Amino acid sequence: MEASPYLPSENFARWRKVKSTAVTAVLVVCALAVIAPLFLVIYFLLVNGASSIDMNFFTQLPKPTGESGGGMANAIVGTITLLAMASIIGVPLGVFGGIYLAEYGSDRANDWLRFAADVLNGVPSIVWGMVAWLMLVVPLKGFSAYAGSVALGLMMVPLVMRTTEEVLVLVPQSYREAALALGVARWKVIMIIVVRTALKGIATGVIVALARIAGETAPLLFTALGNNFWNHNLKEPIAALPLQIYAYAISPYDDWHRQAWAGALVLMALILALNILVRVLSRDRNQQN
Amino acid sequence: MSSLPEAPAARQASEPARVSLTPQPAAAAGLPVESEEVAFDIRNFSLWYGARQALMDVTIKIPARKVTAIIGPSGCGKSTFLRALNRMHELTPGTRLEGSLRHFGQDLYGPGVEAVAIRRRVGMVFQKSNPFPTMSIAENVLVGLRLNGVRDKAVLQERLEKSLHMAALWDEVKDHLNRPGTSLSGGQQQRLCIARSLAVQPQTLLMDEPCSALDPLATAKIEELIQTLRQDYTVVIVTHNMQQAARCSDRTAFFYMGRLIEYGNTRNMFTNPSNPQTEAYVSGRFG
Repeated sequence: MEASPYLPSENFARWRKVKSTAVTAVLVVCALAVIAPLFLVIYFLLVNGASSIDMNFFTQLPKPTGESGGGMANAIVGTITLLAMASIIGVPLGVFGGIYLAEYGSDRANDWLRFAADVLNGVPSIVWGMVAWLMLVVPLKGFSAYAGSVALGLMMVPLVMRTTEEVLVLVPQSYREAALALGVARWKVIMIIVVRTALKGIATGVIVALARIAGETAPLLFTALGNNFWNHNLKEPIAALPLQIYAYAISPYDDWHRQAWAGALVLMALILALNILVRVLSRDRNQQN
Repeated sequence: MSSLPEAPAARQASEPARVSLTPQPAAAAGLPVESEEVAFDIRNFSLWYGARQALMDVTIKIPARKVTAIIGPSGCGKSTFLRALNRMHELTPGTRLEGSLRHFGQDLYGPGVEAVAIRRRVGMVFQKSNPFPTMSIAENVLVGLRLNGVRDKAVLQERLEKSLHMAALWDEVKDHLNRPGTSLSGGQQQRLCIARSLAVQPQTLLMDEPCSALDPLATAKIEELIQTLRQDYTVVIVTHNMQQAARCSDRTAFFYMGRLIEYGNTRNMFTNPSNPQTEAYVSGRFG
């Protein structure tokens, strides 16, 4: 039988298979290397932290130096308080900024705004802490939950702003036209119809931002400071999980080290839960469209 | 292919060069008689997108409570014309216009006149049905009223039923008014959009190719609906479908390259057009 011009020689085919296998192997290794750290983190946290997690961890205050046991209840509540207060600053500023970018600003102004937001996104978190310290801690003569929330809230603004803009731009122009053609004022069209259509996407952006700032330690170091007791006054220092982890991890006591691991495990679980929530929200959104 | 006598595309390309494009005031043969109420009185209307002129010196009187069809090939300015009637074209930046446009005697572009107020009287239905995806059928119909401050439950309920009845949709949706508007079929969605426009009680309804995305059965329903609407409303409909214009309109205006070429009673336009370009277009020889 005459050899077909489309069939390669046997050697060529073998060599090509070797190359193909090699490239595939490299890519698989790289892909594994990308997800491996996540599993490593979870593995170490579980090994070192899981044994220290009990009811006391969620219900009790830290014990004084030398006594064993106790928990991080105040730090867990403190982190949730700080996130809630940061949202009060970060969500309205970010969402309204995003609405301005998507619906109102001129091209020129928007270029500058986007550039500013991108630069702000890159500002090191410790710098936010220093800014909040200078703005609030120094004039009010004391560390406070307010100062910590402002530092975290300011970090949220550019994140929320850009994601809000992105989802608003995806709302089809035809909805805006349909609402305007009913004789509805433009601000109502935007604030009610367009924002409502994009609400899930905006919520997703907010949660992503919360997950980003939930574990931040540096902005809290010289603002919220940390606290070993229940905080009943937002003008006073407040505990937070990352701060407590930091304080316990650098301590010389084994018991505190175990608690630091447990705190890290709880913080990681919180962030993982936020990310899963994002997945669920965006899956619903994709199905809707 | 080469054996065909003349390719339509080639014909279309050569058309503008062969035929005079001077405006046709002689189209006055089809203008409404004096006794008829005029919905839109438009004089010497020109419109520019940036440096490009989209409409040139259009003068036309559109009668009240009748259906006026706007026909013409793509890019002839018919959609631009329609959108200028309730100032929707202002969403496109860089537009500029000249001339006088009056709706039931009121200047649409006078100093201080607000587009929002005009659009409550001059509603619009779009080519692609666009019910709001986050809202139920009932919420879609009532959104214009609610956002304009109507809170009275009895009023809302009455308008909801009336609008859906007028849009010939009530019987199909009355048992599931709380389902999402987007759960309806394409033709039902378009009728829902018509009901939404009617709920704010406009005097005039502009329709921009409302059936071009629908199948023939859904189209027939909308056309039937247009026939009932003309008893209470002025309807101006842009269409690519000449049979549709012939079937459901009283007057037809033919636009070509930004100019109003001919305007008259629909039957005359389709059986005995006075302009050779109109004749070429309505008989399907170009466009």
